Amino acid sequence: MRHLLSTRHLSRDAAIQILDIAEDMAEVSNREVKKLPTLRGKTVVNLFFEDSTRTRISFEAAAKRLSADVINFSAKGSSVSKGESLKDTAQTLAAMGADGVVIRHQSSGAPQLLAETGWIDAPIVNAGDGTHEHPTQALLDAFTMRRRLFGTTGGTSGTTGGTSGTNGGSRGRDLDGISVVIVGDILHSRVARSNLWLLETLGAHVTFVAPATLVPFGADTWPAAISYDLDQTLAEVKPDVVMMLRIQSERMNAAFFPNAREYAREWGLDDVRFQALAPDTIVMHPGPMNRGLEISAAAADSAQSTVLEQVTNGVSIRMAVLYLLLSGDREALL
Amino acid sequence: MTTTPARATYLISGATLPNGARADLLVQDARITAVGTNLDEGLGITTIDADGLVALPGLVDLHTHLREPGFEQSETVLTGSRAAAAGGFTSVFAMANTMPVSDTAGVVEQVQALGDAAGYATVRPIGAVTVGLAGERLSEIGAMAHSRAQVRVFSDDGKCVHDSLLMRRSLEYVRTFDGVVAQHAQDPRLTENAQMNEGALSSELGLKGWPAVAEESIIARDVLLAEHVGARLHVCHVSTAGSVEVIRWAKSRGITVTAEATPHHLLLTEDLIRSYDARYKVNPPLRRDEDVQALREGLADGTIDIIATDHAPHPKESKEAEWDAASFGMVGLESALSVAQTALIDTGLLSWADLARVLSQTPAEIGRLADHSHDFEVGAPANVTLVDPANSSTFDLGRLAGKSTNSPYLGRTLSGRVEYTFHHGYPTVRAAQVAPSDEIAAQAEAWKASN
Repeated sequence: MRHLLSTRHLSRDAAIQILDIAEDMAEVSNREVKKLPTLRGKTVVNLFFEDSTRTRISFEAAAKRLSADVINFSAKGSSVSKGESLKDTAQTLAAMGADGVVIRHQSSGAPQLLAETGWIDAPIVNAGDGTHEHPTQALLDAFTMRRRLFGTTGGTSGTTGGTSGTNGGSRGRDLDGISVVIVGDILHSRVARSNLWLLETLGAHVTFVAPATLVPFGADTWPAAISYDLDQTLAEVKPDVVMMLRIQSERMNAAFFPNAREYAREWGLDDVRFQALAPDTIVMHPGPMNRGLEISAAAADSAQSTVLEQVTNGVSIRMAVLYLLLSGDREALL
Repeated sequence: MTTTPARATYLISGATLPNGARADLLVQDARITAVGTNLDEGLGITTIDADGLVALPGLVDLHTHLREPGFEQSETVLTGSRAAAAGGFTSVFAMANTMPVSDTAGVVEQVQALGDAAGYATVRPIGAVTVGLAGERLSEIGAMAHSRAQVRVFSDDGKCVHDSLLMRRSLEYVRTFDGVVAQHAQDPRLTENAQMNEGALSSELGLKGWPAVAEESIIARDVLLAEHVGARLHVCHVSTAGSVEVIRWAKSRGITVTAEATPHHLLLTEDLIRSYDARYKVNPPLRRDEDVQALREGLADGTIDIIATDHAPHPKESKEAEWDAASFGMVGLESALSVAQTALIDTGLLSWADLARVLSQTPAEIGRLADHSHDFEVGAPANVTLVDPANSSTFDLGRLAGKSTNSPYLGRTLSGRVEYTFHHGYPTVRAAQVAPSDEIAAQAEAWKASN
């Protein structure tokens, strides 16, 4: 693997390799000294054209735990806001000797452009591009599901620690037969897209639930069931996982739905819907949450909620990805 | 300097005419003075061996962006008409979205004068329908029509005349001057920030969709308006199967509508956008394979009247960018004939006679370009393109003759190659090489003096 640009083109083996390495990384994070020397002397650039403190600090923590030097390049207040092109920015980073670039960009395809144009010869990690993909989010979501479902021990690594699982551990496992319901603004969500492709690759069944205005055009050809009715879907699918997506307030002004009250009533995971879920149904949210809009406080703060685990796991996944892309001969790896 | 005698006579020997007949053509004093077999090679006549070459009436492009005045870093009238010559065109209609906009007699006369001086092709300016292309009030259409440029085609291309009342008035008012409104059919609200054809692929790639209905609904409205007021309508760059159906219906009702398809919409599909390579970013966007097939069939059955290039040059930096930030448009003059052959002749859908019709005779009629295209009758103006249909080659930078290189065909194998282009009886392209600009300017001067 030379770059991580999408989950659409990530093979099952490569995905499971990342998830398994993330298990190793999670163990590092549980140690007193949460640091590996693996990327000592390497420089990782966080190139963020779009504000996202959460994702940026997650990548920053991941790189630092691997002993890499981290440069944060925020487009705001930089030469980019003065009209510098993506090409010039990339070539500048290349000239500075960046060993890896983590890019967040509002334009879909910008990471792929960096990977394919030759402007910079470093591995590229897509940290979210437009409404296209957010592969590390999908990987950390799958990792979170796998841990909840299968526990953290077992497998081949031979390391110790972690909580004991009930089904023989996560390592090497995919998500065959697991049902995942993803609710909300699918249309504008790179998280939904990356999750769909990865979950499909790992054998899970995905159902998208949203008002018709927020279902992507042509999504009926995607490997997902599509529903407009959350209550009916929860009753019929009896999902293992319910993932709520953030609703942006600006969508209301563009006639996607009338107002927040109606949205919450029809598609929010409110207390009634939450209590009707099976007690082992996992409740996920990529954050940041709008409490009371797409998810109730009771659901968000419940034992079934993985919201904070997702944050923790995000660091492990990003460590695994940086490790795979930046250490040694990346061509030889999957 | 390799200047040829200003009033040279040429014998084009053994060319294949669009109807399939083999003939010699004598070109003298800017006219085809003889058509026949075994014409004499008389003294001082330059003979061109056209064995195996197809002769077409000089190609006419009803939709070109020459960018001058205002955007000379992309193209000028000189470089754009040079690109036209390289592609076998002898006339181009220059779109109005210049800076200043071609919405006054002064600007259109300036564009025309630049074209006359350059001499590579007959440049006919298109006038803006509305002042500044703003879609608010009519520009001085009468003044442009009566200017030296004698404008007959009016268009806000790049922008749609979307206000229904203004479109009605435009159709009526332009009719007063025997002109035609060339509409860029794009509902602006349905395409806000749109990036590519709306479909499963746009959703997957995360690029904002450009629905087919945004084009089709405007065409449907416009043909009904044209019928209501009894005016001519021309639809620019039709790109969807649904649009072809609407136009077919309109023609069956007797509505006087004509329509164009671009070479790229006849060959390329949206799948190319998987690369996020902005060379494939164009307005209207590349569509599905079904749309490409429908456009080809529309051309074959006459629903679509002409091929027009929508030649849209952009500097490198406008295309070397993330998809959202890149400019819309591709250069198309130099590749148009090869694309047309590849998409339409090689597939058996059109004959060379059909191609002469859709790339020369009909666009000249729609644009009211008199004494330019022809059917190889004696006395016809010597605007002639000779193409080698057997040449199949990789389209490369060497084929481009304009200022910009934003061609989607670079690296692609295309059929056919323009070997000679004659404009007003003098060759602007010889043995596939574009003649130098000082030579062509001198030829144009001589032609002007003799008229």
